[in-house]
Amino acid sequence: MLAFIKRHEGLWLFTRSPAVMIAAIVALTIIIGAVFAPWIAPVNPYDLASFSLMDGLLPPVWEEFGSEKFLLGTDDQGRDMISSILYGARLSLIIGVSAMIIATTLGVGLGLAAGYFGGRFDAIVMRIADVQLALPAILTALLIDGIARGVLPPEMQQDLRVVVLTIAIALSLWVNFARTARASTFVQMNKEYVQAAVMQGQHPLRIMFVHILPNILGPLLVIMTVDLASAILLEATLSFLGIGLPADSPSLGTLIRIGMQFLLSGEWWILWIPTLFLIALVVSINLLGDFLRDVFNPRLR
Amino acid sequence: MLRVENLTVKFPSRFGDVTAVEDMSLAIGEGEIHGLVGESGAGKSTVGAAIIGLLQSPGYVSDGTLMLGDTDLRGLDRFAAHALRGKRISMIFQDPQTSLNPLMRIEDQLIETILAHEDMPATAAKKRAVDLLEEMGIEDAATRMQSYPHQFSGGMRQRVVIALALCTNPELIIADEPTTALDVAVQSQVLELIRRLADVRKVSFMLITHDIGVIAQIADTVTVMRRGKLIENGPTAQVLGHPQQAYTKQLMAAVPPLDRKIARFQVPEEDGLAAPGKSKGDAAEAWLLGGERDVPIGLTLNGINVAFPGVRTSIWRKPDAYMALNDISFDVTPGSVMGIVGESGSGKSTLAKTLTGLIKPISGTMTLGGAPLPGGRARSRHHPSRQLIQMVFQDPFSSLNSRHRIGAILSEPLWLYGLVEDKDARRALCADMLGLVGMAPEAIDKYPHQFSGGQRQRIAVARALLARPKILICDEPTSALDVSIQAQLLNLFKDLQSAFGLTVVFISHNLSVVRQMADDVVVLRNGRIQETGPSEAVYQTPQADYTKRLLELTPTMPSAWRA
Amino acid sequence: MVYFIAKRLVQSVFVMLAVAFLAFSLFRFVGDPITQMTGVETSVQDQERLREDLGLNDPFIYQFARFTGDMLKGDFGFSYRTRQPVAEMIATRIPATLELGIVALLISLFVGIPAGVYTALRPRGIATQTILMLTLVGVSIPTFVIGIILIFFFGVQLGWLPTFGRGGTVNLGGWETSFLTVDGWRALILPAITLGVYQLTLTMRLVRAEMMDVMQSDYIRFATARGVPMRRLYFKHALANTMVPVITIIGLQFGGVIAFSIVTESVFQWPGMGLLFLESIRFVDIPVMGVYLVVIAFFFVLVNLIVDLLYVFIDPRLRIKDVS
Repeated sequence: MLAFIKRHEGLWLFTRSPAVMIAAIVALTIIIGAVFAPWIAPVNPYDLASFSLMDGLLPPVWEEFGSEKFLLGTDDQGRDMISSILYGARLSLIIGVSAMIIATTLGVGLGLAAGYFGGRFDAIVMRIADVQLALPAILTALLIDGIARGVLPPEMQQDLRVVVLTIAIALSLWVNFARTARASTFVQMNKEYVQAAVMQGQHPLRIMFVHILPNILGPLLVIMTVDLASAILLEATLSFLGIGLPADSPSLGTLIRIGMQFLLSGEWWILWIPTLFLIALVVSINLLGDFLRDVFNPRLR
Repeated sequence: MLRVENLTVKFPSRFGDVTAVEDMSLAIGEGEIHGLVGESGAGKSTVGAAIIGLLQSPGYVSDGTLMLGDTDLRGLDRFAAHALRGKRISMIFQDPQTSLNPLMRIEDQLIETILAHEDMPATAAKKRAVDLLEEMGIEDAATRMQSYPHQFSGGMRQRVVIALALCTNPELIIADEPTTALDVAVQSQVLELIRRLADVRKVSFMLITHDIGVIAQIADTVTVMRRGKLIENGPTAQVLGHPQQAYTKQLMAAVPPLDRKIARFQVPEEDGLAAPGKSKGDAAEAWLLGGERDVPIGLTLNGINVAFPGVRTSIWRKPDAYMALNDISFDVTPGSVMGIVGESGSGKSTLAKTLTGLIKPISGTMTLGGAPLPGGRARSRHHPSRQLIQMVFQDPFSSLNSRHRIGAILSEPLWLYGLVEDKDARRALCADMLGLVGMAPEAIDKYPHQFSGGQRQRIAVARALLARPKILICDEPTSALDVSIQAQLLNLFKDLQSAFGLTVVFISHNLSVVRQMADDVVVLRNGRIQETGPSEAVYQTPQADYTKRLLELTPTMPSAWRA
Repeated sequence: MVYFIAKRLVQSVFVMLAVAFLAFSLFRFVGDPITQMTGVETSVQDQERLREDLGLNDPFIYQFARFTGDMLKGDFGFSYRTRQPVAEMIATRIPATLELGIVALLISLFVGIPAGVYTALRPRGIATQTILMLTLVGVSIPTFVIGIILIFFFGVQLGWLPTFGRGGTVNLGGWETSFLTVDGWRALILPAITLGVYQLTLTMRLVRAEMMDVMQSDYIRFATARGVPMRRLYFKHALANTMVPVITIIGLQFGGVIAFSIVTESVFQWPGMGLLFLESIRFVDIPVMGVYLVVIAFFFVLVNLIVDLLYVFIDPRLRIKDVS
C-alpha cells in the first residue's frame, strides 16, 4: 500500500500535506451533504407548508431560547437553518458544477481546435476571447441576466432562473479554458508524437482528442477547480446582489443577503452560518486547486 | 591547486537518499585543462556544482574534501562561500542565450561583476571590461558593450559569458558543456580561446562534457565518470588512446570515427533487454519480408524551394520571405542510405518535414518510386506515401505519446493502414516486433516513461517498421542519446536496413555518425546544397570549401593516439 | 516597434467596435425602445411616426453607424427609467468609481508586490506559510462577504468608520472628489480595502509564481556563480525580470477592479457607476446598460494599451531588433 502511494507522486504529496487532506474532507462532506440534502435535511425549506412564522428567529441550540428541533436556529420566516444551508449549498453546487462543465466543454473544445488548426479559425476564436475579456466575468453574467429579463416573458422567468444563471456564469468562464487549452495545444503541436500522428495520416479529430487532450489535462484540471470556486462565488455574488436566486429558493448567496438585514439587530446566526459554509466550501476547493497546481508544476514546490 | 578527495553527493527523495556522486577524487593544477567526461547520469555536472557550491536543492555534500589551494571549501559559511564565487572559482553554462540577463546591457553586467569583488572606480572597471572583451575577440568592444544580449549572435554571446567569468581573474573556471550549443566553426574558436587562456593567463579549467572529441582537442588530463563513480583518469592521450578500464574501452569503441567507415560498432547489447528464450522477432521479420516482395523504391527531389513568411516589423514594408530550402535536388537510390549533413539552421528538419508532407514547398517536385509525391496539404491523408514513408524522430521523450501504452502506440499503423485486421494478431505482431528491435515483448503493456531514451528510440523504430514502409526517414535519431547507446542503435539501423532493403534518409549534424551510416551524402548549409556525392568520396576528398572546413574543424581524437 | 504599437491600436479599435456592436444589439433586440418610451396611451400611428423619426426603420448598418457616431460625440441617449441623458448620469458617477478603483489598485500593488517578493525569496519561513494561507482564504471569500465583515467590525462593533455613502466630497470643477477631506477618506477606506483584497491576493500569488520561476533561470544561476551580491541579484536581476509579465496582468486586473466595484458599491451604497448599472439591470434600463458596457470596455482597452506601451519601454527585446 505504501509502495503504491509512493509510486504515484501526486498521491504521495497528498498524504504529506495535512491541510490538503482536511480540505478534501471538508469539501467532500459539504458536497455529499448538499447532494443528499433532500434525504438528510430535517425539512424542505422550499415547501411553504413546512415552516411557520411562529418558529421565526430562533437562535442555535446552544443559546438561550434555542430549540433542539432547530439545531442551528431559524430565520425570520421560521425556516430551519440547517435545511436552508444544505439546500442552498445544493443549488450553489448545481449551478457551479453545471456552469463549470459547460464552460469546460466549450472552452476546451474551442481552444483545442484553435490550437490545432491555427490560422483563420484561431484568429477568430482569439478575437472573440479578446472582446469577452474586455468585459469582466461579473459584467458578462449580469449582462446575460439582464438580457434574459428583457427577452423572456415574465411567467417563465422564475422557472428559468437556474438555467439563466448557469448559462451566464458559464459564458463568463469559458475564455479561461479556451486560452489555456489553446496555449497547451500549441506546445503539444510541436511535440514529435503529434507530428508522427499527422504524418501517418490520422484523422484530425482523433489526433485532437485521443492524442493531444490527455496530455493537456494537467493545467486544465487546475483551472477546473479554480473555476468551480469562481463559479460558486459568482453565483453567490449575483444572488447577493439580488439578481440571482430569489428568497423562496435560496442559494447560499441569497441566504447571506437575507442575513445581512440582521447585521445590526443581533440575530447573528442568520448571516454568519451561511457565510461560514460558503467560505469553507470555497476555501477547500481552492486549496485542492492549489495542490493540483503544485503537483503539475514541480518547480514551484 | 584544486584537490577533490572522496567526494560524495546525495539527493534525498521520497525513496530514500539517492547517491549522485560517490567517492570521487581528482586534482587540477595551475593552467591545466581538465576534462570531466561521462554519459548522462554520470554525475559530472553535479561534481562541478558541488565544488562551486551551487548544488540544486535538496542535494548536499555528505562526504569528502574540497580544497582550493589552502582553502577548505566545505568549511566555509554561506557568506564566505558566496564571496569566493567569481573571485576564485567561476562557472559557465551550456546555453549562452539564457545565461545572460536579457534586460541588462552587457556593460552593466560586466561592471557589476567586477565591482562585486574589487574596490575600484567605475571607470577603471569599465576599462578592464573593454580590454577583456577585445581579448575575447569582440571588436569595437567599447560600443558593442552598450548592447543587450539579444543583439549578439550565439558565438559572441558565449564569448561574453567567458569574459564575465574571467573579469574577476579567478583561479578556476568550471565550464559545463560550454560548446555543445554552438556551431562547429564557432565551437572551434571558443575551444581555441579556452586553450589560450589556460596557457597565457594560467587559468585552470574543469571542462565538463559528453563530447569525447572536444576532450581530445584541448584537455590536458581527463577523468572518466560513470553513474557517479570515477572510472579512470590520467593524461588525455593515454586514457583515450589506451584505456585500461572495461567501461572506458567500451566507451571509446562506441565513438564513431570521423576518419574512416567501420562496418559495425563493437559494443555489447544493453543488459536487461534481451531476455533468454525470447523470440528474436522471427515472426515480425517474416511478416516484413512477406507482404510485398517488391524491390525497394527510391526518392527524388527536384528544385524544391520552401519559404517561411518573414516576421513583420514595419507597417510600410511587407517582410521578405525566409527561404528555408533553396533549389534542393537529389536522388536517393533504392535500397541505399542517403545521409543529410548540416548544422543547425541548415534546413535539415525542414527537409524532413517536407518529405513527410508536414510542410508544403512553394515550388519543385518530388517523386516516390517514380510516382509524383504531392507536398503539404495536397497530400491527402489516404495517399499511399503515408504508409510507405515513415519517420524516426529526434527526441525519444516526445516522440511517443506518454499517455498511451506501448501496445496502443505500436498497433496504430497496423489498423490505420489496414495491414492486420484481427486485434489479437496485431498484439502478437507488435510483441514480436519489439523482439526484433531488441526489446522484451513484455514492454507492450507498459508506458513510455518506464523506459530509457535508447529503449524508447527502439520502440519508435518498431512503430515505423510496423507500417511496412519502403522509405525510412531518420531525423537526428541518436542525437539525444549517449554515445554507447547511440552505437547500439546505429548497429540496429544497419541490421534492419540491410535485412529489409529499406531506403533510408539519415539526417544528422554529426559528421562522424553520418559517415558510418551513409552510402551517399548531401551537405546542407543555410538551405542550399553545398556538395553531394558518394559518402566515402566526399569525406576523403571534399570539394566544397564549407565541407572542407567542417571536416577540419570538427574536434576528434587523433588516430595516432590509438597506435 | 512602430508596427507593434500600430498593431495594438488596431486591435483595440476592433475590440471597441465589437463591444459597441454588442451594446447596439442590446438596444435593438432586447425590448422595444418605442414601447419603453411612450407608454400605453400613445396611439399606434404616433408610435409608428416616432419610429420613423427616430430612424428605427432604417437599415441595420445605418443605425449602427449613427449609434457609434453619436457615441463618439458624447451623445449616449436617454435612460428608460429616469428620462435623463445617460451621459450625464454616468458622468456624475465616474469620479466615485474611479477614485475607489485607483485606491484599491494602489493598495493591491503596494501590499501585493512586496508580499509576493518576500514569499518567493523565503519559501519555507513561518511568515510565508501564514501569508500563503491568508491569501488562499482571501481569494476564497467573496468580495461582498469581506465588505460585510469589515462593516461589522469597524462600523458596527468599533464604530470607527462610516458604513455607507461617500461622506464629505469636494467639487473640483465638476469632479466630486473624496481625496481632499478627512471625512472623504474615512468613507473611502473600507470600500477600498474590500475591493483591494481580492486583487491583492491575485497580485501576490502572481508575483510569487513569476519570481520563483525567474529565480530558477540560468542567468540567475550564472550571476550567483559570478558572486554578484545577493541583494542585487534579488532586486536588479530577478525582480526586474519578474515585473515584465506581471505588468500585463495588472492591466487585466484593472478590469477586475472596475467589475468588482459593482459588488463593493452595492455593499457600501457607494454612489458609483456600478450601483447605477445594478439598478439599470433591475429595471431593464437598456440604454444605461449598453453605455456602461462601452465605458467599461473603453477603460479596459485604454489601460491595456498603456500597459503594452510600458512593456515596450521595459523590455529591450521589443525595442531593438533581435540579431540571432
